[in-house]
Amino acid sequence: MALILAFALVVVMVALGAYYFQSPYYSGVDRTPAQPVPFSHKHHVGELGLDCRYCHTSVEQSSFAGVPESEICMTCHSQLWTNADMLAPVRDSLRDDKPLRWRRVHDLPDYVRFDHSAHVNNGVPCEACHGRVDRMPLTTQKKTLFMQFCLDCHRNPAPRLRPPDAVFEMGWEARRGVDRQQLGERLMARYHTPSTERLTDCSLCHQ
Amino acid sequence: MKYWSWWLLVPALLCGCEQPDMADQPRLETYETGAAFNDGLAARPVPEGTVARDQRPAATENPLPINAETLAHGREQFDVFCAPCHGRNGRGQGVIVQRGFPAPPSLHRPRLRRAGDRHFYQVIRDGHGAMYAYASRVPEDQRWAIIAYIRSLQLSRNARLEDVPRDHRPLPDTGEDPP
Repeated sequence: MALILAFALVVVMVALGAYYFQSPYYSGVDRTPAQPVPFSHKHHVGELGLDCRYCHTSVEQSSFAGVPESEICMTCHSQLWTNADMLAPVRDSLRDDKPLRWRRVHDLPDYVRFDHSAHVNNGVPCEACHGRVDRMPLTTQKKTLFMQFCLDCHRNPAPRLRPPDAVFEMGWEARRGVDRQQLGERLMARYHTPSTERLTDCSLCHQ
Repeated sequence: MKYWSWWLLVPALLCGCEQPDMADQPRLETYETGAAFNDGLAARPVPEGTVARDQRPAATENPLPINAETLAHGREQFDVFCAPCHGRNGRGQGVIVQRGFPAPPSLHRPRLRRAGDRHFYQVIRDGHGAMYAYASRVPEDQRWAIIAYIRSLQLSRNARLEDVPRDHRPLPDTGEDPP
């Protein structure tokens, strides 16, 4: 009897553990950190159609996409919504030369190296990891960013790769009737995507 | 307590395997706050007057080869950085202007068609009127690519058929220049 009870307890604990590590509480999916200014990607990307690179200027050159300086916000907001209370922290930031303390939404563990430029210059769209940013009133993490998530793509990048002019687009889809896998494989040849063996090498990301 | 009951601890111990310290190591990520400097910034501002290792002296005219590749690059950058206000066609009616930003002059004005490349370069780098400086966002080479594209936009409004090489003309070639 005791043995059965013990076994049941083990099963329950393993199940609870599995549940915990899959839960949004642990993965951070749907996490929306409070920001100094309630910036809406939905408005700026979805409605105005600004390109990601207008603000995240270093995404094509650097491992870090870049969080816009207050100067970039004020490029437009020196003329638009100049008295909005909501934007007071941005104005103060530029006036006092003190950066805004934006909070990181997508935070990878320090033992993994991720390079934005290596991805966007090789056909991996922003949307693959950040989701439909153009529909987010507040910036939210949408993917688990677990190693499993990275590997899903590194094992078979073809279905997610896009032509260069569609990398920064939201909701892009291949033309109807185009075989997505085949298109992806043609793109892999064009981008010289490394072999699956290389893409799943531990040292590629854990340097 | 019997010896096997210790196995009950195994799952409990496994739950403790997550090591948050490794996920957040004592090093500074880009833009993180750090105590090493008085202003608390990990990313250091570039001191004024810094010259990058491969930086060329400022060119007075477009140093890029004017070809399809440069124009495609220029168009891409123009659409990202300029089109929000200047519009994709350069007429100055971009989406931000439609939302109330003071309208910039059309790039097709005679004054701007006559202006030298250097003028556009300075406006991109230093800003002009309500336009902020783009020096920190649009690096040197991209500025020249954008200028080349602006030139092609201007030309597109005033192009004559004679400007197009004979074998690139869309109309059937009759062997004579059109009237």
